[in-house]
Amino acid sequence: MTVVQIVALALVALGGTAVAVTADPLRQTLVLSLDGLALTILFFVFQAPDVALSEIVVSTVGLPVIVLAALRRIGKQEREHDDAEGERAE
Amino acid sequence: MSPRARLGLFAVGGTALLVVLVIAFAGLPAFGHVHSVYAATVQRVVPGERHATDLVTGLNFDVRAFDTLGEEFLLFASVTGVALLLRHLRGEGDIERSGDVERHQLSQASALVRTTAPLALVVTLALAVYIVAHGQVSPGGGFQGGLILAAGPLAVMLAGRYIVARHAAPDWLLEAVESAGAGAYALIGVGGLVAGGAFLQNFLGLGEAGMLASAGTMPLNSIAVGLEVSGAFLLLWSEFLDQAVVIKGRAGE
Repeated sequence: MTVVQIVALALVALGGTAVAVTADPLRQTLVLSLDGLALTILFFVFQAPDVALSEIVVSTVGLPVIVLAALRRIGKQEREHDDAEGERAE
Repeated sequence: MSPRARLGLFAVGGTALLVVLVIAFAGLPAFGHVHSVYAATVQRVVPGERHATDLVTGLNFDVRAFDTLGEEFLLFASVTGVALLLRHLRGEGDIERSGDVERHQLSQASALVRTTAPLALVVTLALAVYIVAHGQVSPGGGFQGGLILAAGPLAVMLAGRYIVARHAAPDWLLEAVESAGAGAYALIGVGGLVAGGAFLQNFLGLGEAGMLASAGTMPLNSIAVGLEVSGAFLLLWSEFLDQAVVIKGRAGE
């Protein structure tokens, strides 16, 4: 195993831990994308460029859009809920 | 369960998992030293008899093309499920289409971002066509290229007025692209059945290995998958973004 491969493995492990310990979902989405980028490097240095390409398109474009849209929708719903509550209180 | 008990359970379970993993990994052959009959066969058949220089594409679109058919319809079914779940519910209305333009966009993108988004569309389109077309020659292929193809319109949707961009890419168009790709892959399979005698059998001229027009039906399969993936992901994203931007929640809920 080369030094580059060991560094890539360590990066993925660090990134995965960072995703797990990030509490805020919005930040978590971005950290997850960064971990995906580390995984891309990992696949590339382990001579699997096809998988690396799949990983980079899914982790940097495919998945974050879905999560971010869902987060925005949830935020909007909570605001609408709060507004309705406020009106009732008045 | 108290946090202390949970931590204790994790310590026991985690240690056991670590031991099992270490034993399993120690038993693996060293990296780059696998000598399986299957790997040797694929390395001989794909470049030699199928004229594809990318083994992964050769596997996906020829040796195990039937698996890819299953994967394609897996994606198709998942996206159909998402579209069904995220439909307009009774009592949910759209936001007004005229008036407050600010509400029609996802972000307060600067003029620079808004004007470069169409440029990104052109660049990603070129890259996507390259990746899809060269699947049998170099790393890449329908799935990766299809997602890159979908990323261009996504950039325009996110940067500009979302509702206007959605008018240019309505659901029926995305569904048509997705279905056409999925259907085309199955039809290429039927072509193999008619011309060669087996479903998804390579029935076109193989050409010279390493050239763009080579490996028989693989480039066609790649294009079909590219269309399917691109339509599927755009539909998936728009369903979610519609929920975030266009559809108003039911009042008082």
